[in-house]
Amino acid sequence: MSDTPIIDIQNLSVGFTGRAGTTLPVLRDVSLSLKRGECVGIVGESGSGKSTLALAAMGFLKGGLRKLEGRVCFDGEDMFARTRTELETIRGGKLGLIPQNSGQALTPTLRIGAQLIEALRLHCDLPDAEHEPRAIDLLGQVRLPDPEVIMRRFPHELSGGQQQRVAVAMALAGEPEALLLDEPTTGLDVTTQAHILELLRDLASERQVAMVFVSHDLGVIARTCSRVLVMYAGEVVLEGPSREVLRKPLHPYPHGLIASIPRLKDPCLPVALDGRPPSPGGGGPGCAFANRCALADDQCRTTAPSLVKTACGSLVRCFHHDQIGTLSNTISRREPAHHDSSGDDALLLHELAISYHRSGLFDRLFSGSESPPNTVDEITLSIAQGETLGLVGESGSGKSTILKAIAGLLKPATGQIKVAGGTPLPANVEGRRPEQLRRIQMIFQNPDESLNPRQTIAEILAQPLRLYYGLEGQALFDRSVELLDTVRLSAHYMDRLPSQLSGGEKQRVAVARAFAAEPEIVLCDEITSALDVSVQAAVLELLDDLKRNNDTTYIFVSHDLAVVRALSDRVAVLYQGRLCEFGPAENVYGSTSHPYTEVLLNAVLEPDPDEAPTLTAEDVVELSPPARGCPFQRRCPCKIGSQCDNDTPPWQEAEGGHMIRCHIPLSELDQK
Amino acid sequence: MIEMLLRRLVLGFVTVWLVSVIIFAGVELLPGDACTAVLERDAQGKVLETCREELGLNRPAIQRYFSWAAGAIQGDFGVSVDGITSISSQVGLRVKNSMLLAAGALSVGVPLSIFLGVIAGLWRDRFVDIVVSTTAIFAMTIPEFVSATILVLIFSIGLGWLPAVVLTPADAPALEFFPEFVPASIVLTLVMVAHIMRMVRSSVIEVMAGDYVQMATLKGVPYWRIVFRHALPSALLPAINVVALTVAWLLGGVVVVEVVFNYPGLGRMAIDAISDRDLPVIQALVMLVAAVYVGVNLLADLMTMFLNPRLRTLHMRSK
Repeated sequence: MSDTPIIDIQNLSVGFTGRAGTTLPVLRDVSLSLKRGECVGIVGESGSGKSTLALAAMGFLKGGLRKLEGRVCFDGEDMFARTRTELETIRGGKLGLIPQNSGQALTPTLRIGAQLIEALRLHCDLPDAEHEPRAIDLLGQVRLPDPEVIMRRFPHELSGGQQQRVAVAMALAGEPEALLLDEPTTGLDVTTQAHILELLRDLASERQVAMVFVSHDLGVIARTCSRVLVMYAGEVVLEGPSREVLRKPLHPYPHGLIASIPRLKDPCLPVALDGRPPSPGGGGPGCAFANRCALADDQCRTTAPSLVKTACGSLVRCFHHDQIGTLSNTISRREPAHHDSSGDDALLLHELAISYHRSGLFDRLFSGSESPPNTVDEITLSIAQGETLGLVGESGSGKSTILKAIAGLLKPATGQIKVAGGTPLPANVEGRRPEQLRRIQMIFQNPDESLNPRQTIAEILAQPLRLYYGLEGQALFDRSVELLDTVRLSAHYMDRLPSQLSGGEKQRVAVARAFAAEPEIVLCDEITSALDVSVQAAVLELLDDLKRNNDTTYIFVSHDLAVVRALSDRVAVLYQGRLCEFGPAENVYGSTSHPYTEVLLNAVLEPDPDEAPTLTAEDVVELSPPARGCPFQRRCPCKIGSQCDNDTPPWQEAEGGHMIRCHIPLSELDQK
Repeated sequence: MIEMLLRRLVLGFVTVWLVSVIIFAGVELLPGDACTAVLERDAQGKVLETCREELGLNRPAIQRYFSWAAGAIQGDFGVSVDGITSISSQVGLRVKNSMLLAAGALSVGVPLSIFLGVIAGLWRDRFVDIVVSTTAIFAMTIPEFVSATILVLIFSIGLGWLPAVVLTPADAPALEFFPEFVPASIVLTLVMVAHIMRMVRSSVIEVMAGDYVQMATLKGVPYWRIVFRHALPSALLPAINVVALTVAWLLGGVVVVEVVFNYPGLGRMAIDAISDRDLPVIQALVMLVAAVYVGVNLLADLMTMFLNPRLRTLHMRSK
């Protein structure tokens, strides 16, 4: 093994040509060097250039971008000076890529087998006849069950985790010496994410593959990398050993970033990092982070700092890195507004069951239909006025389905939804009176899709104000401005279109629109999952402020257990559309919990290199709940026997209204 | 899968049946009937009554609908207003001629348009694309009778390579239309190539910008292999439906082109039937066109489903 770095990027600048013909840089003077077998992480907010940097290591730039300066070497040779054939040999061969969203990165019209064998044909010396056994072998190595069956499947027939494993197998087909991983686990469930990361760690140590992890999730980096690069506005602002960077970051940006991550063990609101990064070419002459930095002074605003080596060997781009210590004291995490659940019920779900299965005329004619189990079943929950209820569970657990039913977008098969006063709500939006509609508002996951792209912010906000309050003219305008103010946006946003706003700003507008109706209950469907952590923290703070001022009741759905922990008074855990456990947040996250909750909590990655997740259950994807017994029977790590298969588990009450639905006695659950 | 097929077949039949009711009712509502059309000025009193009795027109409308529909299902649309010629045999001849015209246009047009669409999509905004796309817009916007006239001017009058009009009678065997049908086919090709090509072009551009094409590039797959193996199977799927609409349009009779070139196809038969007030023939033609549209679109949907693994497995799994 030689000493030459396997990937060596020196002073790379990449940019595109802007409207006025000026060159706008996306990457500025970035260097990254990777020894064989080393794992390096690249973190940063969206738009910081981290993916561009990783793909540049392959000699690839997305359409419109071009290399301005610098050198990118793989195995000692310049990637941008190679011919197309040489690049084709290296890409997918010695240098593999694992993409962010394998569901979209696998060709939909080709079977998994065909795609794997293609990679083998291009990159390995095996005779053709051995390609298929080798492909099956690779699928086994990434721990996919039934490799022979997977070979014949199309990408869409696999779950997200399985697709990601196939992508790993495909990268391994070329016997890589280095792997680039572009957000390899973003969008996967916690358990799946933990499993994939363990697989990658094992591969790295077994085969001595060098890895570049690109992620916005510091937990992922903490788990996998020994060294971290923090990027901000196309520049490296801090580079050092993971432990140093995550524990005592010497730059104010990662310092703020780490503070903005909600922690599982800390029921406080994360601290938001205000402001937004400059757009390419937009920043002033000084430090790109200056306008968001508490330490910034005149020097920072006029002179750009350069990367300097610190005493402990890290590289940092900050004039005041020796003063970071003073910064930590200024940050204090805030307790969220808590509300006890003894008050009047704001919302009551009674025996709610929802089914997506619709037996049409033809089903009845041709198949003598036997309808499958309900997607969501037996949901009985009450939410007190002013309380925040967190709903957690993996994708497909029915969290969003329940919200849609409450909002009247889905008709429940059976059961009732009652609001304060005890009157059952009509099942469909069409059947509800405006007053009933006003009381329940929903905020969606993706503001890009929930805000009409052709309406200005003023028009978006005007709709609920006209509908519920009949406001017009000056009164309408004043109220809209007031609403924008409550979500901390100034009045000049009124004339803008959603496309002119950043992701966080759009979600604020969506929040303002929901609050325009002055609702009693706000349904939040994964509203922070599409946002960067720093922006997520700001939205969480905002929700908390609004709750303090308006005594609003929230139902907060998320797959991120730490986010739910930060905001919720009570938490309900769902598996396969059935409740497993609910109760006060500290009890659910405490020592006595349902085996499924335990599996979820154990799989969470903390941004701390010394915390390792414990994997207790396989990340199998179940398409439908079992017909009888406990819904979690097939994956449960502490299954006790046939009663789990046959009998519906009983609700057991622990202290403080904490309910667990399991056959295992509470005292035994406590010991686990 | 089979359930899906059955469902679509049943719906197809329902559509055709609805068309038959509408067209029959429409003809009923028109003032006059076959007898008034044939007898013209003599259509009054005794003569008219006897005529109606002979043709069975004095029976209630529902009864006549059923006997007409029963015949139509067996391919017997009755006789023309002149009372002698069998509509089915007349229509049969015209169908053969229209199919010849369509086959000529399709066999050149479909491969050509897909080829041009792919080329234009792959070299988006380059010289080739600009030339192909601009030409396509011209071909689309020029009315058929103008392009037909220009074609006749150049190839028939100027160069003298091709005959300007078709003189072969409708009942001649297919071979005798050669080369007379060629100019008509060329005009039709021009119009359809533009449509299909533009569809294919935008679809290719969309797929080539997709994640899986980028992934294939970064997996080291050579460019042309990406195009043929990874991109085109998805990119060409939407083209199937456009091609199907074109096929239906061609088989349903292309009136303008047939009139310009005096081509004895379904389109001209329809025009003639309308001007002769030959109601039974109009009915028969409308039914035929409806059946063609339903059939061709059904076929296209099945093909899309068969070629798109997402749809295919979806229906297999549900069954």
